[in-house]
Amino acid sequence: MPDARVVAIARQCRVQIIRMLTHAGSGHPGGSLSVIDILTALYFGRLRYDAKRPDWPDRDRVVLSKGHAVPALYAVMARAGYFHESELVTLRKLGSRLQGHPDRTALPGIEAATGSLGQGLSISLGMALGLKLRAAPARVYCILGDGEIQEGQVWEAAMSAPKLGRPDHPLDNLCVILDYNKIQLDNFVAKIMDLEPVVAKWQAFGWPVLEIDGHDTDQIGKALDAAEATRGTPTFIVAHTVKGKGVSFMENDPEWHGKAPKPAEAIRAIREILGVGEAAWGDYLKTDPATRAIVDELAALEKK
Amino acid sequence: MAAKASRVAFGETLLELGARDERIVTLDADLSKSTMTAKFAKTYPARAFNLGIAESNMIGIGAGLALTGRIPFVCSFACFVVGRFETIRISVAYTNANVKIVGTHSGIAIGEDGYSQMGIEDIACIRALPNIPVIQPADELETKQVIAYAVEHAGPLYLRLTRQSLDPVCPADYRFQLGRWLVLRPGHDVTLLGTGGPLSNCLEAAKLLEADGISAEVINAACIKPLDEELLLGSAGKTGHVVTVEDHAIHGGLGGAVAETLSEVMPIEVRRLGVQGFGESGDPKGLYAKHGLDPAGIATSVRKFLNR
Ligand SMILES: Cc1ncc(C[n+]2csc(CCOP(=O)(O)OP(=O)(O)O)c2C)c(N)n1
Ligand SMILES: [Mg+2]
Repeated sequence: MPDARVVAIARQCRVQIIRMLTHAGSGHPGGSLSVIDILTALYFGRLRYDAKRPDWPDRDRVVLSKGHAVPALYAVMARAGYFHESELVTLRKLGSRLQGHPDRTALPGIEAATGSLGQGLSISLGMALGLKLRAAPARVYCILGDGEIQEGQVWEAAMSAPKLGRPDHPLDNLCVILDYNKIQLDNFVAKIMDLEPVVAKWQAFGWPVLEIDGHDTDQIGKALDAAEATRGTPTFIVAHTVKGKGVSFMENDPEWHGKAPKPAEAIRAIREILGVGEAAWGDYLKTDPATRAIVDELAALEKK
Repeated sequence: MAAKASRVAFGETLLELGARDERIVTLDADLSKSTMTAKFAKTYPARAFNLGIAESNMIGIGAGLALTGRIPFVCSFACFVVGRFETIRISVAYTNANVKIVGTHSGIAIGEDGYSQMGIEDIACIRALPNIPVIQPADELETKQVIAYAVEHAGPLYLRLTRQSLDPVCPADYRFQLGRWLVLRPGHDVTLLGTGGPLSNCLEAAKLLEADGISAEVINAACIKPLDEELLLGSAGKTGHVVTVEDHAIHGGLGGAVAETLSEVMPIEVRRLGVQGFGESGDPKGLYAKHGLDPAGIATSVRKFLNR
């Protein structure tokens, strides 16, 4: 059974993603919407963290290696209490802590600077090893994009991870999740540089690989459980996802990799995310003042 | 001519030249829609290669293609392509492979994406390699000529292009030559050496300074390596004050190159205007103002420098 609480939070985070990208006027909706269910499952039920103490040494770490999807991370972090949701609309604005790509020095809770694709897995290996070396109970979760794993550095890390730290400190505290949404920037992954057979590739490098539906919180939870129970090796999860998930006109369309919706598109997107029909929308908004406020704000942007 | 991004002018010119020259090939790393080679790829699919997000591999393949008679343009954001510096260093520079390295989205002017996508150390890196000219065209006209030059130039070369539109600054009869700069506006109190994005702001600043009775000579320093030493020394000797203006880290860019040269041959004071520290997200105008690269900021720096 999917966890209704996590599903509801993910839905709210999707609304926030659309909201903040529209205010920013730029950014990456597709990959934010494909990864949000994974991030929500991690932050609401899985991770051990204290939002009021982001430097707690034994916290679990999330490295969002596909850093352009950081709006999804900000939405989750705001919800988790790292900062107030009102700050979300400062995304990408001059002076904001919410940089266009993750900046560890700007915002407590961000574990590493990412945004140049291909670097996050190596950093995660180092973190996992460092935690093991001091016998910390913390785990490291690294999230990769499918286009991202075309980078050579990813495969250097892939080759080393099952061996690093052995025999005394194997990296079984590391779980890597591939957001396999089948689309990169220029086009579909299969048309640019196909990854298949991707499961066999990671297995050949020595990783146990699990395959799941990356929008099913139940499956995500079970895979994370299995990873946590695994001893002696890190785990790789191939999460099949849909780029732009939740918004009909963004789903599976490479055009929505890196452009922000216009206010009218954003309002339609939010309506779809909340599962409300066009005819019922006016009445619905009367019952949901929080969404109403977001929609009014967006409508005001249109007039500007 | 209207304002146009140099990456757009690059894409158009490459398409034209590609019709005449079979040797031209493009290599991309999942940014062909941004580097503007997508049209070339559509028109000449057999001569365009998208390697996915794998810049080192792209550069290496480019080197191999160059060694077998092609003229490859390897393209990505400036930060990502120059980020593979050690591959460029050996596979392109030391090998002396005829690869044209194209870095688009240079500078903080890309704005909202923030530092990780901003190429602001690329000039410093490439300039350290002995055999790679570094060229940053100022407008559409110059970009077209520089691309044509790049095809003719035997050997590697680095082109620094912008995401944002650039106002036309070069006169219609202008002809690009390697190692030659262009005086856009003569003056006698201070030399303003501009390159790329902030160049039109230098011209605006010169107007502001004129109102204060300061006569600024504005020069388009498109060629960052090699410098136009003759023009540099001539202008610096005349004005006695040199200010460099670039959308690049203040370390190692045009300002660094000019300071190195002047300190040996004509030790006068130089002011380097550019990006201090890391870049960040923001609207491009606001970022230029923050770093003093807007007309008012440039004029203020000049007045301070001249004590006026
Ligand atoms: C090294 C590097 N090269 C290029 C880019 C530009 N870029 C940003 S996102 C992207 C596509 C990423 O595709 P994918 O990893 O599949 O992400 P998702 O589909 O989850 O958005 C590219 C090429 C980058 N950020 N880093
Ligand atoms: Mg993808």
